[in-house]
Amino acid sequence: MAERERRLTTPRGGVFVPRVQVLSAEDVSRAITRIAHEVVERNHGLSDVVVIGLQTGGVPLARRLAQVLEEIEGTAVPCGTLDVAFYRDDIGIRPVLPEAVTDVPGDLAGELVVLVDDVLFTGRTVRAALNALADYGRARAVQLAVMVDRGHREIPIRADYVGKNMPTRIDEQVDVSLDGVVLGDVVPR
Amino acid sequence: MTTRHEAIEEAPEMDPGLVSAEETVPEASASDTSADGARRHLLSISDLGSEGIEEVLRVSDAFVEVSKRAIPKVPALRGKTVVTLFVEESTRTKLSFETAAKRLSADVLSFSASSSSLKKGESLRDTVETVAAMGVDAFVVRHSSSGAPAAVARWVDASVLNAGDGWHEHPTQALLDCYTIRQVLAERQKKTPQETGVECFKGLRVAIVGDIRHSRVARSNVLALEALGAEVTLVAPGTLLPPSVETWPVAEVSHDLDAVLPRIDVCYLLRLQAERGAGRFLPSVREYATLFGLNARRAENLAEGAIVMHPGPMNRGVEISDEVADLPRSVILRQVANGVAVRMAVLFMLLGSPSGASPSRVLASLGDAWESGGV
Amino acid sequence: MSEVVAGQVRHLGSHRPRPVPTVVIRGGTVVDETGQRRADVVCEDGRVSSVGERLDVPSGATVLDAGDCIVSPGLVDLHAHLREPGGEDAECVETGARAAALGGFTALVAMPNTDPPIDNAAVASEVLALGAEATCKIAVAGAITVGRAGESLAPLGELAALGVRMFTDDGVGVQDSGVMRRAMEYARGLGVTLAQHCEDRSLASGTVMHEGEWSSRLGLPGSPSEAEELMVARDIALARLTGAKVHFLHLSSRGSIGLVAAAKAEGLDVTAEVTPHHLTFTDADLASYDPSFRVNPPLRGSADMAALREACATGTIDAIATDHAPHPPEAKDTPLSDAAPGMLGLETALAVAMGALCSKSERNGSTPLQPSDVLRLMSWQPARVSGMALSQGGNQGGPIAPGAAANLCVFDPTATWLVEPARMASRSRNTPWAGRTLRGRVRHTICAGEPVVIGSEAQR
Repeated sequence: MAERERRLTTPRGGVFVPRVQVLSAEDVSRAITRIAHEVVERNHGLSDVVVIGLQTGGVPLARRLAQVLEEIEGTAVPCGTLDVAFYRDDIGIRPVLPEAVTDVPGDLAGELVVLVDDVLFTGRTVRAALNALADYGRARAVQLAVMVDRGHREIPIRADYVGKNMPTRIDEQVDVSLDGVVLGDVVPR
Repeated sequence: MTTRHEAIEEAPEMDPGLVSAEETVPEASASDTSADGARRHLLSISDLGSEGIEEVLRVSDAFVEVSKRAIPKVPALRGKTVVTLFVEESTRTKLSFETAAKRLSADVLSFSASSSSLKKGESLRDTVETVAAMGVDAFVVRHSSSGAPAAVARWVDASVLNAGDGWHEHPTQALLDCYTIRQVLAERQKKTPQETGVECFKGLRVAIVGDIRHSRVARSNVLALEALGAEVTLVAPGTLLPPSVETWPVAEVSHDLDAVLPRIDVCYLLRLQAERGAGRFLPSVREYATLFGLNARRAENLAEGAIVMHPGPMNRGVEISDEVADLPRSVILRQVANGVAVRMAVLFMLLGSPSGASPSRVLASLGDAWESGGV
Repeated sequence: MSEVVAGQVRHLGSHRPRPVPTVVIRGGTVVDETGQRRADVVCEDGRVSSVGERLDVPSGATVLDAGDCIVSPGLVDLHAHLREPGGEDAECVETGARAAALGGFTALVAMPNTDPPIDNAAVASEVLALGAEATCKIAVAGAITVGRAGESLAPLGELAALGVRMFTDDGVGVQDSGVMRRAMEYARGLGVTLAQHCEDRSLASGTVMHEGEWSSRLGLPGSPSEAEELMVARDIALARLTGAKVHFLHLSSRGSIGLVAAAKAEGLDVTAEVTPHHLTFTDADLASYDPSFRVNPPLRGSADMAALREACATGTIDAIATDHAPHPPEAKDTPLSDAAPGMLGLETALAVAMGALCSKSERNGSTPLQPSDVLRLMSWQPARVSGMALSQGGNQGGPIAPGAAANLCVFDPTATWLVEPARMASRSRNTPWAGRTLRGRVRHTICAGEPVVIGSEAQR
């Protein structure tokens, strides 16, 4: 989700040029499995746990995570999606439109929310997500799981579960999917 | 010396008369969607085009979800001020806009025709400029004169949203009507509205029935449906068709509702205002109801999946009978319900983007952003 | 009665007993109905004293440079609203006359839809008296009916005795055919001209623009061309019946042109005028809902405009008349449906008319007119229609020859100028050409021998 910010500041007509594959599909899969075990361990099981993926990059990861959690513990974990367009702090500075509809399963009061995103960058998207989640009720706790933490935080946000810590240059681009993680640049067209 | 004499005879070369480079180019509406730092408005459906309409519908989906929450509110327009300026009264539409603005956390100021300053004879311009001086981000304007929102847009720096001007346009009504059609068709096909997109409009057969001549709802809907690829048929008595109707982008014009009903997917009924039936345009309301009212008998001739729509408020017993209004195929209440979400989408798109970016520019830059992101 | 007599004397004699300097107009090209020639013009005591090349300059004379200019008889406007009495916040005789002089006009006919209307000798005398000292000769049109209500005849004879030659209820047309017929019969007996604002009220009431594709798109009530054409046809038929002289004000439609052309071919004594704005704008110009373009009769379609331009070439149109209609800002700075109809015209008319008729690009294939054709439509022909021509005992319209009254317009057909409403002489600002650059500028205007405009600046 953080990558969206980067994309929006790309000069009009930029193209992502991949440079190096940092994680393969298997690496991503193993990371998700490891994070799933960490979630279970830290929360002493899965009671009240709800997985929410941030649109759009966090959603496939969240679904996979919820699937693995179910495999581990044998209980189904509710999984939802959240688009934070309306909570961003750069409305009026950048063009912002929601990418997909939000689908939060039920009221979140008293639940333990595991927020899932693909990349943690400035932290602003997560801040917006926390504001959005507050509108669904007072969660018991919110924990953050990201596949890649690439540094350059602009506000005090940290992840509870990280697939890979990856220091990057600010002008680089990180591309995350279930097929792997690729580091590259954006080149003007 | 002699050359001047000859030069005067060669008048055509001298080309006297109008020289200016500053001529105003007539536009279809005064809306300003140019990319030169100017403000953005929604004065006419033609400001949006098919891509713009599609985007509004998509963003409306997000706001429908917001409206279903326990706390149906987002901070998106916090700190923005929206003024509803309803010189022509309308409680329902005004409420719908104010609710939309408030759910976006904007501050709302409200002016109506009965507001003291307008009643005292203060000119529209003075009223608007006084209010704008207090710091306003958007005016939502309803007025009985066509083009009044365009005039407001000339006078102030704020964004202007046309909530209905004279006989000219009512863009958000057409948008919520399109939204409702897409919603219903999506349900039929057991898909989400996002999956359905606007493909469902291509070739869709829509009849608009009633006082087309004096209807801003009809104008906006014709423009929107045409942009999305639907086929529109106008059905009305001769006196209630607009002049030069042959220039309208519609597939057909008919005076025979019974002939049209079996071959349409959407029957959109317009409200007949009482004064039209007073003898100048129609002999009587009763004759109109007999020839053009959708009663239960007529509704039976509609194709099985056809839906019935109405912008409200209904004149039960005139353009639509009680029984038909309450049929399952009548989606009138849904139109009302969707109104707030669609108006939230429009307000967000006008005020939530950086000043200087038109909705179409927003779309373009986002499109490029998606392309460049790679995933 | 003595006032009336005084008004009569003033009107029939020279325009004013004001002492005027000797004026030499040097270096221009003289154009009048006899032709055109390179010549200087000397004016003394209010009359042209000599016309020729490289004339001697009498000592003490005011020399006006007319290099690159055309020197023509002063323009005559058949149709201007001076708003006095009753509408002085928009214009008055003095400011209207100043605007006229800047536009090259040395005479105009003031319309009677004032408050009170010019439907009796007292109001007519008042306006004529106000015009006596003005920088442009002010003639007056009287109303056809009392109060312009279209019911009973105004005292046409009494007004004719004051020198009034044209009568109109302008602003509205006479709706009742029976009333119009009687008016024509009575007018015939007096030898005066009836001018009609052709507009059928039952078709046009409540409308704000031309009915057609644009009114349909903009959602505004429109008036079809037939609203004008029905009354044109009626008055032609009544003119045939009564033998009266009829002048059609501000024609706007192709159909009207066809009717007038046929009437003229038949030999009926009808004349017709068109405004500069109807030669320039169409209903498409209302797309932005700009109230500057709201006018009565409305701007019609491009086929209508083409027909009006063509009619200027063929002679169906006898004159270009401004229909100068000043309105205060509060009447125009409103949504279009609430705005007053009308636009200023006096200061821009010549440039606009030349632009519409003379330039090749504007004419789109049909032959452009010459400046002399435009001057015919704006000077000597309107002088004749209004009864102010030299041959009729008046002093307008030329030809420019020794002994003729010195009413002259000196203009540069190539000079460009920016239309700035705030700097115009009119008290009002409602011109659709605001902010545009026009080509063709009046440099000097001589009214009854007095240079009232020098170097495009009004002298008083």
